[in-house]
Amino acid sequence: MLGYYVDLAVRSLKRSPGLTVLMILAIGFGVGASMTSYSVFRAVSGDPIPWKSSHLYVPQIDVWGPKGHQDGSNNNDPPDAMDYTDAVALMRDHRAKLQSAMYRVSPSIVPPDASKHPINVGGHAVYSEFFPMVDAPFKYGSGWSAAEDSQRAAVVVLNGDINQKLFGGQNSVGKTVNIDGKDYRVVGVLDNWNPKPVFFDVVNTGGFTTGHEDVFIPFQRAIDVGMPNDGNTNCSEIPKGSGFVGLQQSSCVWIAYMAELDDKAAVTAYHDYLDAYFRDQKQAGRFSWPLNNRLRDLPAWLDSEHVVPSDTKVSLLVALGLLVVCLVNTAGLLLAKFLRRSSEIGVRRALGAPRLAIYTQFLVEAAIVGLTGGALGLLLTWGGVHGVSWVLPKEISTLARLDVGLLALTLLVAVVATMLAGLYPTFRASRVQPALQLKSN
Amino acid sequence: MEIRPILASLRKHRIPTLLIVLQIALACAVLCNAVFMIGKRVSDMHLPNAMDEAGTVVVNVQGTDEKLVAADIPRNLAALRGIAGAQAVSVVHTMPLSRNNWGWSFGLTPDAPVSDPNNLNVTLYFAGENADKAMGLQLRQGRFFNAEEYADSKVDGGAVPSTHVMVVTETLAKKLWPGQSALGKTVYSKPYYFTVIGIVADVLRPYTFALDHDRSYYDIFLPVAPDAVLHEYILRGAPADRERIAREAVAKLQQLNPQAVVKGQTYQSIRDQYFANSQSMVWILVLVCLVMLAVTAFGIVGLTSFWVSQRRRQIGIRRAVGATRGDILRYFRTENFLLSSAGVLIGMVLAFGINLYLMQHYELERMPWYYLPGGALTLWLIGQLAVLGPATRAASVPPVIATQST
Repeated sequence: MLGYYVDLAVRSLKRSPGLTVLMILAIGFGVGASMTSYSVFRAVSGDPIPWKSSHLYVPQIDVWGPKGHQDGSNNNDPPDAMDYTDAVALMRDHRAKLQSAMYRVSPSIVPPDASKHPINVGGHAVYSEFFPMVDAPFKYGSGWSAAEDSQRAAVVVLNGDINQKLFGGQNSVGKTVNIDGKDYRVVGVLDNWNPKPVFFDVVNTGGFTTGHEDVFIPFQRAIDVGMPNDGNTNCSEIPKGSGFVGLQQSSCVWIAYMAELDDKAAVTAYHDYLDAYFRDQKQAGRFSWPLNNRLRDLPAWLDSEHVVPSDTKVSLLVALGLLVVCLVNTAGLLLAKFLRRSSEIGVRRALGAPRLAIYTQFLVEAAIVGLTGGALGLLLTWGGVHGVSWVLPKEISTLARLDVGLLALTLLVAVVATMLAGLYPTFRASRVQPALQLKSN
Repeated sequence: MEIRPILASLRKHRIPTLLIVLQIALACAVLCNAVFMIGKRVSDMHLPNAMDEAGTVVVNVQGTDEKLVAADIPRNLAALRGIAGAQAVSVVHTMPLSRNNWGWSFGLTPDAPVSDPNNLNVTLYFAGENADKAMGLQLRQGRFFNAEEYADSKVDGGAVPSTHVMVVTETLAKKLWPGQSALGKTVYSKPYYFTVIGIVADVLRPYTFALDHDRSYYDIFLPVAPDAVLHEYILRGAPADRERIAREAVAKLQQLNPQAVVKGQTYQSIRDQYFANSQSMVWILVLVCLVMLAVTAFGIVGLTSFWVSQRRRQIGIRRAVGATRGDILRYFRTENFLLSSAGVLIGMVLAFGINLYLMQHYELERMPWYYLPGGALTLWLIGQLAVLGPATRAASVPPVIATQST
């Protein structure tokens, strides 16, 4: 029977080809244009990793207590970085899928060519899971392993610029680089990776910085060789010990931390873990104030650090507005078409078709319009997202990626909206006595 | 034109009528707000910036030995002066729209500390000798710094240079000392203080402020002797020469500082990068508006065509009993006018509401009133244009149709 309805629907749609094409085009353009613009808006809104930012979380632990935020300017927010004790404890417990503590370093590199002066570079000391967590793009090689983390191995990941400078852009994996007088083996080279803002460490970079990320070295290795922190250090009291070791023993905060949590359950579990950690420490006598942890996802974190403008949502509203206009348009056309067919419904009803059959027939017709329009929209979105690179600068167009979940939802909305539009006239027509409709003709 | 029959006919097609009105209303609301956002961004992108944007080249030098800057900078500048076509050469620590800001806050009383909440936050531009000429600044009052003032001012890793003279922009002068001459006035940030010796035309800060354009011009220029903070070399030449000057400057500086990372670009490209996001946003918003207007127009075309084809017989009868083609044409145009009017009326209210909502929840300004009638007029015109085709077809229905049975 369904095959017959499909046949009927196609016939009916063919009877007014102009209108059919209009409806399909409206849905297609609505889905395509709203999804394309949404993905571009997301790219320019300052979220440097839009396809993943909702899975990246920044934990905050209140190591200072109320005295640390007396000014009350920041909603009693705990410090926005971590002290060494907690960062290392969280890494040891390893409760997230991927996580890394990190701090900014600024070592000097001695070029292999002895006639050249040392180069001052910027970078971060991170854990091995940092690279998969932030989707760092490798040109050669890869990050180091978890084993190398714990062995405090002398390995380094170079960024494209510095690799160009030291090795002329060649594949330098396996070669040796002299950093602060010690030899490090290159394990990977990044493809000129310079996310703006530097989302993994906004505290120490202010989000945007002209400084480059040149090198990444293992966190524990950097601590072992005493590579000092080049980022901000905030203290609520003067450290007892002196120097870098004193800083590690103090409650000063200077370490950024990020964790990847892929679903709600993982987020809840991690939040519980953080709270349990705080209570343990409180019991051990480190803290004397109530629990005041935070676990923000990256957009919320960037927002709380005032890094990203609030454009994203405004633009989403614009894209949404376009989609709604297109759907209303299609619904209007479909209604006009269907409402005119009460006589056809009358004939079918008089011949003995039950209401359900009428509904099925018209829903099939509406669904064909919705699905075809949706498919066109899918095509246009794909073309649009790839086509923006023709109009927009490269660094923006490469960020414009599709959000598959959202696209699926849009398609679903498009199809459901058209089917609803098809339902109403059917409902009205099928309620009228068949005889009346036959007579009226 | 009698509108009662039109209303009667529309009442018979209540739901499609309602939907087309709704569509026009939504389109009007989204259009007004989108065009407003476009206009806002375009006006941000065209904020005046009183420097020679077209002829300036900026070369960034990073990673030189900080102990040698006192000798390196004069040597580098001397080499840059040798480049053909370079009319002026200097070194600064940051440029307008470079996103690299050195902020400080000042008060107007001698005991104002830097953290005073009443202070005004401004951008400090550290100017090396000749920076005014290399940037193409336009002096309005007073003078720029003399050689002695440059030589006496050191930063040496501190927060603020040791000088006591400054040059401010016109907007900042007006903001700090409204209705008075700013020359000779002093700003304080204990223990620092600076006295105005000159006023220049408005130059943008490294960041602009979308909500308060005046704030985008709060700059203070301070003289600085060769110092490690100065690593943006600027050269000014004819706009036609800028690419070549940039290339030669990079080559020369790289040759003199083999260990440094040297990057050169025209000022135009710094500006373009700063506004790249706004530019993309504008393009996409324009696309959204166009698609929306097209969809609305096609919706009207589709619905009217459909109604026309459904009413061929009635049109035939009207023609047979004496209606002219013009009457038929007018009928559909009036019908469309009524639909559009209802749509834009709701649309304007909706647009205003959306704007209010956005103002409340996001940092957006109030939409000037003329956007509303502007959007309404656009949709009216589009409606009339869209209905023209189907209405002409309706008008060409011959009266003889009335005599044919369906």
